[in-house]
Amino acid sequence: MLEHNRVQLALHALKAGEGRALLLLHGLGERSPAALPSEYSRWKGPVYALDFTGHGASTVPRGGGYTCELLMADADAALGRLSQATIVGRGLGAYVALLIAGGRPEQVRGAILRDGSGLAGGGAGATTPTIPHVDADAPAPPDPYAMVDLATDIRPPDYATAYARAAALFSGLKRPITVCTRERPDWLAAVVSELGADEASLGQALAHYAKRA
Amino acid sequence: MGAEGSSTDQASFPGARAPDRRREVDAGGVRLSVYEWGDEAAPPVMLVHGGFDFARTYDAFAPRIADAGFRVVSWDHRGHGDSEHAQLYSWVADERDMLAVVDSTTRQPCAAIGHSKGGSMLAHAIQAMPYRFTRFVAIDGLPFRGRAPDVAERERTVMMREEIARWLDHRRESGGLVRKPGTLEELARRRARMNPRLSHEWLCYLAAIGARRDEDGYRWKIDPALRMGGFGPHRARWAADRLPGFPIPILAIFGTESEPMGWDVDPEDLKPYLPASAQLEVFQDTGHFIHVERPERTAERVLEFLA
Repeated sequence: MLEHNRVQLALHALKAGEGRALLLLHGLGERSPAALPSEYSRWKGPVYALDFTGHGASTVPRGGGYTCELLMADADAALGRLSQATIVGRGLGAYVALLIAGGRPEQVRGAILRDGSGLAGGGAGATTPTIPHVDADAPAPPDPYAMVDLATDIRPPDYATAYARAAALFSGLKRPITVCTRERPDWLAAVVSELGADEASLGQALAHYAKRA
Repeated sequence: MGAEGSSTDQASFPGARAPDRRREVDAGGVRLSVYEWGDEAAPPVMLVHGGFDFARTYDAFAPRIADAGFRVVSWDHRGHGDSEHAQLYSWVADERDMLAVVDSTTRQPCAAIGHSKGGSMLAHAIQAMPYRFTRFVAIDGLPFRGRAPDVAERERTVMMREEIARWLDHRRESGGLVRKPGTLEELARRRARMNPRLSHEWLCYLAAIGARRDEDGYRWKIDPALRMGGFGPHRARWAADRLPGFPIPILAIFGTESEPMGWDVDPEDLKPYLPASAQLEVFQDTGHFIHVERPERTAERVLEFLA
C-alpha cells in the first residue's frame, strides 16, 4: 500500500523483472487486473497496477472530492515508489497518464493511452452548471462520488495540450505520448494534433519504450 | 481526524458577536460546523465564506443582518474552522456540502451572500438550481480574468510545469504536515501577511476563534493539506460569460485596493457581463475583505438590496 495524504493506495505487483517498471492505470469504475494481462507479458521489467482513490483495494473516502488532478497525484505516489516508469492508461487512466507525463516528465518514460471507460470525461469547455446528484448509499468500491465526478469533469483541449507540451519539452523523449485509441474525444484529438502522428498499436508502443528501458 | 480542540470563547472585538446557535450537519459523511445568528423563525439568509477563511470571520457582519430580522446561517467549509478535515477536497464537493447546509436550513428558496470563493461557488450553484435562491450578494465574489499574460508559449509551459511540480511535491508530503504553533499574537502577525489591510486587533480576534490550543501553542485549525493557489481545467471566463443570463437579482460589491487574497477584479471589466438589473457597488479605499473593513456600510447596502 502507498500513502497519499489520508488515502491508502493499492499498488499491485503483477510481474517481477529487471529494468524499468510498467505501470498500469485502470479506467473509471474499474480496478487493477488480478493477474498480468497477456498483452504485457513481454515487458522485461516489473509490471505494477495502481488502484486509484475510491477504486479496487484503495481507500474509499467519505464525502467525495474527486478531480483528475487528484488522480494524477495518486499516480505520482506510485512514481514515488517506482522512481521511473512507462505508463499505460485505459480510459480515465489514459487522461491521468497524460497529466502525469506532463507533471513528472523526468519520471514518466513514455505514456501509452488506450481506450477504456471514462476516456472522454464531461466535455471540452463551458457546460450548463449542474451539481450532479450522487447516490451516496450505493455499494463501493467504486466510490459513487468518483463515478459521478470523474464522468462530468471538463477536459479542455488547450489544458490537455499544455501537459502534452510539457512532456515533449522536458522528458527528453521523442515520443513522450503514444495514442492507441479508437475513441477520440476533443482533448485527445488536440493532443494528437499537438504532438504529430504518434499513433501506434499497443505492441508497437510497448516495443518502442522497452528499447529505451 | 478533524479540527477538534477548543478555541477561546472569551475573545471580543468591538461590534463582533459570537453566533447565537451552533449545530452540525453531516454532508455525505463529512461533519460540518454550522452557525446561526438571529431569530430561528425569521427568513433565512445563507452566508458563504471564502477560501482559507471560516464562518466566524462574519462575526462583525452577520449580526448586523440578523438584527434587521433575518436568520443568518453560515458554516465552516470542509477542512476549515471547526468542520472536519476531509480526505478529499474539490469545488463540487464544497457545493454539495453547501446544499447539505441549505437543505438542513430550509427547503424554500432563500437569499444568499458569498465572499470571494463563496460568492463564486454561489454564482455557480444558483445557476445550477435557480429555484433554490431568491437574491444573491457577491462581496468581491465574482471572478474575472482578461487575456492571459503575454508570455511565449514555452515560458507558459515552464510556469505551468513548475506549478504542477510544486503541487505534486506538496501532495507527497501533505499527509505529515502540521501547522506551525505560536501564540495568538504570532498567529495574527502571520495572518497579516495575507490580510495586510486588517487591524492587528481584528486578526488577534480571528486567531482566538480560529485557532486551537495544543500543548506546544496555538495552531490555525485549517487543514494543512489545503494549499493556496492552484491550477485546473476551469476558466473564470466561462463563469463571466454566463452572467448576463443570471437568473435572480444580483448585488455585486467591490473594493478598490489590491490584496494578496483578492482576485484583482476591476468592476469596469466585469460590468459588460452583468445583467442590466444587477446592482454594482464599489467601496473606495477598501480591499478584498469588504465586510470586515466596512461591516456597517456593507450591511446597510445588503439590507437595502434584500428589502
